[in-house]
Amino acid sequence: MSAPLAKLPKWVDYGLIPLLNLTAAFLVSGLVVLLIGENPLEAVYWLVQGSLGYGEGVGFTLYYATNFIFTGLAVAVAAHAGLFNIGGEGQAYFAGLGVALACLALDHYVPWWITFPFALMGAALFGAAWAAIPAYLQAKRGSHIVITTIMFNFIASAVMAYLLVEIFKQPGSMQPESRTFLEGGRLPFMHDALGWFGIKVAKSPLNLSFVVGLVASALVWMMVWRTRLGYAIRTIGTNPDAAVYAGIKVPRIIIITMMISGGLAGLMALNEVMGVQHRLLLDYVTGYGFVGIAVALMGRNHPVGILLASLLFGMLYQGGAELAFEMPKITRDMIIAIQGLVILFAGAMEHMFRPALIRLFAALGSKDVMSEA
Amino acid sequence: MDFLITLTLILDSAVRLSVPLLLACLAGLYSERSGVVDIGLEGKMLAGAFAAGTVAALTGSAWLGMGMAIVVSIFFALIHGYASITQRGNQIVSGVAINFVAAGLTALLGQAWFSMGGKTPQLQREARFNSIDLPFAESLKDVPVIGQLYSELMSGHNLLVYVAVVAVAVTWWILFRTRFGLRLRAVGENPGAVDTAGISVAWLRYRAVMITGALCGLAGTYLAIAQSAGFSKDMTAGRGFIALAALIFAKWKPVNALGACFLFGFLDAVAIRMQGASLPLVGQVPVQFMQALPYILTVILLAGFIGKAIPPKASGTPYTKER
Repeated sequence: MSAPLAKLPKWVDYGLIPLLNLTAAFLVSGLVVLLIGENPLEAVYWLVQGSLGYGEGVGFTLYYATNFIFTGLAVAVAAHAGLFNIGGEGQAYFAGLGVALACLALDHYVPWWITFPFALMGAALFGAAWAAIPAYLQAKRGSHIVITTIMFNFIASAVMAYLLVEIFKQPGSMQPESRTFLEGGRLPFMHDALGWFGIKVAKSPLNLSFVVGLVASALVWMMVWRTRLGYAIRTIGTNPDAAVYAGIKVPRIIIITMMISGGLAGLMALNEVMGVQHRLLLDYVTGYGFVGIAVALMGRNHPVGILLASLLFGMLYQGGAELAFEMPKITRDMIIAIQGLVILFAGAMEHMFRPALIRLFAALGSKDVMSEA
Repeated sequence: MDFLITLTLILDSAVRLSVPLLLACLAGLYSERSGVVDIGLEGKMLAGAFAAGTVAALTGSAWLGMGMAIVVSIFFALIHGYASITQRGNQIVSGVAINFVAAGLTALLGQAWFSMGGKTPQLQREARFNSIDLPFAESLKDVPVIGQLYSELMSGHNLLVYVAVVAVAVTWWILFRTRFGLRLRAVGENPGAVDTAGISVAWLRYRAVMITGALCGLAGTYLAIAQSAGFSKDMTAGRGFIALAALIFAKWKPVNALGACFLFGFLDAVAIRMQGASLPLVGQVPVQFMQALPYILTVILLAGFIGKAIPPKASGTPYTKER
């Protein structure tokens, strides 16, 4: 029954296999398009054209990608410790509260660059706090992190709905949302920021959070592979028993890791609340937390991979909107199905092509393949 | 008497609200008892609801709708089974994927086929499971308390409500009184032992996930063509996850599942009823709090503050035969 655990060359592991998985997901998606009676090739054309074909589209693609960078990094950091953080959704939603509080408190008095560090901290702290409770329960009370983070997604949704309806709603307004932030509570858009240096780009919701995302990616890389904490995290992920014998305080590291993970997921709120919506509103997270799972899987939990995967999912989101416009029968829901298929093939069935590839490489007589079987 | 009528009405709607939870919860029970964690209950229920709504709309038959719901839901269950049993993939990831695929496809196909914003057409009476009046319900109506409870609470539900209750008994019997049930429980605790006894771990688990699929299909059928008159986009609205919470609350036991699902259904019914109303002593309870209560209770239970929920030992781990 069991597949031989032969080693494949690195480029196959990190390049070819993800590519094959992705291709499988897109082939099935193509079949769905055929089922609707549309041309899959035409759909691909509009996806690419809509996401990369013109300046504004590229801006939108990168704006969506920003959200995925944060939620993808969040899932990846937890995954290095062997934890499955399925609660990015709730952490990002709750973090919006941190951002909004900072913006609402300061936007009357100071320019955005003074509000910004407070909003950043608010996002990270609130996100981390929402992850800390499940983390504590896992580390100290043995309740399973997957289930508790799922439950916390729903609890966050209820808490935020309550706050928006009862506390933040403006008198006289029908919308359950906070007041719109003034200039001092808004992150500059990229087209404005680049304009200061005389660079002209098309208008889009892309804002400075994108830069924060790139910095966060670099920091995560450093933390995981270049610090003592990162070493402890990876040790727990590889072998928790060995970690105990190595003198690593496992419960402590689990809580810290989850808080970092939650904080990263929380930063997504910076992009949405302070960067684009300029107010706290209902359900702005809509699945970004879950898609982070797909992003981390595709990116093999490495920041560079996550950046590339985020770009891909950003393209799907933006291209999907364009696609729905050009081919009305293919609604944006198609994108949700494609994401699901990517998660399925790249995550749950990631080893599907491995036995065949091992046989292929063995047949080719590659010296890289060292079969143990 | 006024209080009694209100209570009966709340209990009645609690029954209606708990049925899809119960069916999905029993579905999860089979899967998790066999060692396959399933957070894709939501997706399978949604796919089932869509299939039921679509086929009932096209054929005008509730039975064909239900059949298709079961087929489609089992198909999704088999994908989950293939990923987690044969491929030994990550079961959580697979469940997440199934939820995504189902949410996307049902909305997409619904819009492409019917162009009604993801809804299926409104169903006629004969294309739905309608309420059944139990014998003597009408004549007993005026008997105080007992007659009232019988005619309001027990009678007048649709077929699937009664099926769900019977399914609890059948599940208990299968799990604890049949050879299949014994093996099913064993494979969730110690697959190695089952394998040593010469019984196929994979085939047992596949049968378990297929039962899961069938029950999720029934849950979806209930939502789409018994409780409502057609499918609408994302109509499961997190019920799959509440069912999962109920499963934990029930400590993976069928009779407890009935209690847990009824409790969560009751909370839901009270939440709907109490909107805007204020209670003595506590004042106005936010409706969001009532909605979040099942999740909060589950977290507290999982943390071991009220009893301990211990899942089947092998659940979540793929079985690898020794080499």
